[in-house]
Amino acid sequence: MGTLLTNNVLANSIFAAEAGSAGGTFPVLSAIVVTPMIGALVLLFLPNNRPEYFKQIAFLFSATVGAMSVWVLTDFSTAGAAEFQLTDQHTWIESLDISWYLGVDGISLWLVVLTGLIFPLTIVGVDAEHGPKAYYSWLLVLEAGCMGVFLALDLFAFFTFFEIVLVPMYFLIGKWGHGERAYAATKFFIFTMSGSALMLVGILSLAFLNQAETSVLTFDLETLANSQEIATNTARWIFLSFALAFAVKVPLFPLHTWLPDAHTNAPTAGSVILAAVMLKLGAYGFLRFGIYLFPEAAVWFAPTLVTLGTIGIIYGAIAATMQRDLKRLVAYSSVAHLGFIIIGSFALNTYGLEGGLLQMVNHGLSTGALFLLVAMIYDRRHTRVISELGGLQKPAPKLAGVFILVTLSSVGLPGLNGFVGEFLTLLGAFAAHRWWAVVAAGGVILAALYLLWAYQRVFHGPAEGANAEISDLKLREGLLLAPFVVGIVFMGVYPKPVIERMEPAVKALIAHVEEHVPDFSEPVADVIIFNDHDSPAESGEGH
Amino acid sequence: MDQLLDLAWLIVAFPLVGFALILLFGRRLGEPAAGWLATAAMAGSFVASVAVFVGLQDRPEDDRRFVQTLFEWVPAGDFSVDAGFLVDPLSVTMTLFITGVGALIHLYSIGYMHGDSDFSKFFMYLNLFAFSMLMLVLGDNMLLTFLGWEGVGVCSYFLISFWFTDEYNASAGKKAFVTNRIGDWGFMVAMFLTFTTLGSIQYIDVLDNAGGLEQSTATAITVLLLVGAAGKSAQIPLYVWLPDAMAGPTPVSALIHAATMVTSGVYLLTRVNPIIAESAVWAPSLIAWVGAITALLAATIAVAQNDIKKVLAYSTISQLGYMFLAVGSGAYVAAIFHMVTHAFFKALLFLGSGSVIHGMDNDQDMRHYGGLRKLMPITSATFIVGWLAIAGVPPFSGFWSKDEILAFAWEENVLLWLIGLITAVLTAFYMSRQVFMTFYGRYRFADVRPEEISAAWSVRVANASAAVDEAQTQLASAEEAIAKANEKHESARAKLDSRNAEMSEADTADERAVAKATKNLERASGAVETAEAAVAAAVEAHAEAQRAVLAAQTQQEQVLSAAAAVGDGTDGSIFDEPDTGDLDEADFGVEVKARREYHPHESPWLMTLPLVVLAAGAVVAGVMNLPFSKDLHFLGNWLEPSLYHNEAHLSSGAGAKWALAIVAVIGGAVGIAAAVRIYVQRAAVAGRSRSPQTGSAVAGRDGSPQAEAAKPKYWASRVELPLFARGWFVDESITNFMGGPGRKSFDAVVRFDTTVVDGTVNRVGRWVRLAGNAVRRVQSGFVRSYALMVAIGAVALFAWFLSRASW
Repeated sequence: MGTLLTNNVLANSIFAAEAGSAGGTFPVLSAIVVTPMIGALVLLFLPNNRPEYFKQIAFLFSATVGAMSVWVLTDFSTAGAAEFQLTDQHTWIESLDISWYLGVDGISLWLVVLTGLIFPLTIVGVDAEHGPKAYYSWLLVLEAGCMGVFLALDLFAFFTFFEIVLVPMYFLIGKWGHGERAYAATKFFIFTMSGSALMLVGILSLAFLNQAETSVLTFDLETLANSQEIATNTARWIFLSFALAFAVKVPLFPLHTWLPDAHTNAPTAGSVILAAVMLKLGAYGFLRFGIYLFPEAAVWFAPTLVTLGTIGIIYGAIAATMQRDLKRLVAYSSVAHLGFIIIGSFALNTYGLEGGLLQMVNHGLSTGALFLLVAMIYDRRHTRVISELGGLQKPAPKLAGVFILVTLSSVGLPGLNGFVGEFLTLLGAFAAHRWWAVVAAGGVILAALYLLWAYQRVFHGPAEGANAEISDLKLREGLLLAPFVVGIVFMGVYPKPVIERMEPAVKALIAHVEEHVPDFSEPVADVIIFNDHDSPAESGEGH
Repeated sequence: MDQLLDLAWLIVAFPLVGFALILLFGRRLGEPAAGWLATAAMAGSFVASVAVFVGLQDRPEDDRRFVQTLFEWVPAGDFSVDAGFLVDPLSVTMTLFITGVGALIHLYSIGYMHGDSDFSKFFMYLNLFAFSMLMLVLGDNMLLTFLGWEGVGVCSYFLISFWFTDEYNASAGKKAFVTNRIGDWGFMVAMFLTFTTLGSIQYIDVLDNAGGLEQSTATAITVLLLVGAAGKSAQIPLYVWLPDAMAGPTPVSALIHAATMVTSGVYLLTRVNPIIAESAVWAPSLIAWVGAITALLAATIAVAQNDIKKVLAYSTISQLGYMFLAVGSGAYVAAIFHMVTHAFFKALLFLGSGSVIHGMDNDQDMRHYGGLRKLMPITSATFIVGWLAIAGVPPFSGFWSKDEILAFAWEENVLLWLIGLITAVLTAFYMSRQVFMTFYGRYRFADVRPEEISAAWSVRVANASAAVDEAQTQLASAEEAIAKANEKHESARAKLDSRNAEMSEADTADERAVAKATKNLERASGAVETAEAAVAAAVEAHAEAQRAVLAAQTQQEQVLSAAAAVGDGTDGSIFDEPDTGDLDEADFGVEVKARREYHPHESPWLMTLPLVVLAAGAVVAGVMNLPFSKDLHFLGNWLEPSLYHNEAHLSSGAGAKWALAIVAVIGGAVGIAAAVRIYVQRAAVAGRSRSPQTGSAVAGRDGSPQAEAAKPKYWASRVELPLFARGWFVDESITNFMGGPGRKSFDAVVRFDTTVVDGTVNRVGRWVRLAGNAVRRVQSGFVRSYALMVAIGAVALFAWFLSRASW
């Protein structure tokens, strides 16, 4: 590697780490971003003749990051979740007031934990088919980039990480992918690149226009968010440039067509991380940089975005129904699921935003697990074409059992994780844009249709030929899936610890919007009745 | 006694623990331990329900409401939902019969599932189902009810497609879940609306404050919940999944698709009675009409079904329709009353049918039964009890509950009452038909079946025509032989002529030449004689062959006309022994032989014991709510706190009630009498006897000589209309729509995605081919060149930055 950009990041972060320890507390967030980078470098310097160590070392580094993300979780103060915690700020480019500024709050916390846990699992669970050195290096770079996006509180740093993420994924698809991998990788790259190019213009315009108003040039997220000096119309344009970049990443209809190609042709690890982590970059970006920086524009664009999200829910589901390839089917189901996140987020109320955030984690768990399961089927049958599979439940009941559990989580069955998020996003959307929510709720019917139909065609019916001879889950595969299963059940039964840690930040975000948008108030329950029957509802008005 | 109420959590804990244990140790437990464990869990749950019932009854009437909160489930802002139980008369009534009937069905299943390779998995699903069902009724808020609601749906899915290697079962399971999800959509939107107007979805808050709802909101919530209820309780238009759900093992049909899960819609609507009370009058009317029409439609379909479980499935839909009719008429007590009595007698009937199927080598076609009364005494006796209960014969339980519904329907709208009455007549009719076809009449299992007779005839007809073909081939070769013989004869003759010529030309002086010519001449004339004989023989053979052809053709005609005369051996009824003509054992396969040697048997005690207990319940359950005085209205009085005074009150006097009851009894009697006339006395259609013209006259017409022979002689075939048999073509139409326009429109979306959305992208992509090429070149392995690109980009970026920042 050794590029100028990475060197900059590294140099500064090492400096940051020193400064942090001087202050007495370990700069865990910087460490989370830097550790995978160091891991990638270490891998590069390893001799090529000992390939068996690449995976172990990569796992070691990513597991360290995972451990640190859990540490962040335990260290995180629920009461202060509205504030950025464990912050770590160091001047990067003084003249432009660009700084290496990382912090975590209730909005990013779970995405950091999810990323921290998904990467080591993917690295240990999925082997590189060839070129392990570069493969694991790219994965570690990808992890650093994703973590950076979720933690960055400086627009410049954020943009840097947002771009860094592109590179490893491009190579993972292009070099380790299957089928039309070159086409898919190029498509992925061009889509996301053109989106973020506009965002760069947006970031620069925001900084300089803000400077024009306040005569302070800064890229600091909080400062810019609280300044709100830019003319309404201009802000809307800048929001749009951000929104395009995020919409591509989410992906939002009609910018979604790179996703099925990328998913289908990516290697398993690529698909898992793409679904579990990378799609969240866009959704997270909408919250952290879209709504937070441009509250007025977010309110103004909300109906449009909710409309597109709703279309995505129905459209993605219909397209998923007709797919012949399992991976493509899951990819289109992602379009539908991400639609729920968008309608929840742009409902701009507590339930919707919390549902959206929950759904980001849920989708990571269930779709990540689905891609792993599809890969396990592919390992056994060397095909993902649905019509070539069938009756797999007979020879592989355990595989089928986990598959149906994950499928039901994706369908949104109450008691499993998917339901809570889906319900809250729909409830939020209902309070804000009633009719869209009524339509979007129809997506749950279609989800049952395409997922159970696929399950039936793959697992039910008589098992013939090669299908009858596949092996059941191996211990290693079971152990790999176990954390997903635990997460799926736990978050369905007891989502409270997750929700309560995000709630203060979500409320602060809504308060921020209410503060800066005069005629906006949180679209909540239009409560006509309140009674004191030890009711949980406390914000009703009158009898 | 309040401590007893604290046991509420145990009601759901038992089956949950049972599920978990079987999930973890099921394979080790195996058969029958897993079954006993699951049954014990249900029994424990029943005991806990009884304890809670006692505890609740001990409280003063206006204080019979108890909330047990376990933990906060979904706390999101002011939307906060607990995992907690609402213990009140309604939920306790539900838990009592769910756990009671459930335990019996679990016990029965130990016998029924004997020998199944997935024995323990079956009980795992059953316990999970019981857990979900109990969450549904005990949940103290709509979201928890919804959890149970979808939970029972998914267990139903698992259990319908339990024998998943059969594609039909798998499809039926999926169909059930997806159809239910349409209803769940209504339920979800109803929750959104409830929360956004009332600020809570906890039942206590919602129901106590429903009075403040605007009429339009209450109406919308009611209608949305009706959509949900119609899905789960199989009402028009979402009932189509239930008949297919019979693909599951029979105990599942009894537990899930008759006694418990399908009643959740009725439970839900009863639970939210204060909301229904606030809605516009047309909303409850809609519920009543949906119920009434469903009841009638399903009853007509049941009349013409031959699958013993399909009859019961349509019967269940029909009875659920009664319950909706009751709810819509404000007769919540009657609805719950009928739900409980129905749970007894329908579970009994389903388990009885399972016992029959079990004893009859898994055959479900009632046309193959007959005369089983003596072979399965316990099953038939208990089944008959169930029949009398559902047919509304006093004093069996079904009479009391159905009568009460009809009385309320009378006050709501005479037309509703009339539909209910016609349905009652049809119910008595089709249930009697089922009993007569199964337990009475001729034992038909050993019969050769129509399709087998037809097949045997087809074989014979084919053989005969093969014989004709064979003879004709012989004939053709005989003709050929004649031609050949003639040819030989000709050439012999020619030779003779030439020898004659030689003879006449021979020099008479040359003796030797004369002698040689003479010898040649003799030889030639000998050859001619031989050839003449060969021709004669060939002609003879030809004549033989012609006779053989004629004989074969005659034989073929005989077979054809015999086949036409006999047809499929029936005349469209099951009453007479099938006419097999001169077919004999050799014409039939081994299946027929196996059936003749099969001995139907009574089921083991594990299966008959639950039948006996349920039969007892089906007899006496009516005492729960006797109409004679207010004090005997036990169920009504008990449920009062849950009904918020929304229960309708009959204004008719005792005389009118008696008159209605008598009319209902007469209706039931008419239904039974008609069935006796048609199915026992075998009423024949006037002016038709076994038709003389069946036979050669119509033989061979458009290839179906049997068509005419199958014309009905008995009334039985006239009432079993194809329209009914095929369920008014509803299911077929839906299937056709889904497979046709539905699929096409989905395909159109996908085409739009690839050609328009992605097509645009690719077109744009072509414009930026340059960039793409550059990237692709990088992809070919020069990793560093890409890194360089990024570096250059970064430098350029910084440069631009610095230039901007300088001022």
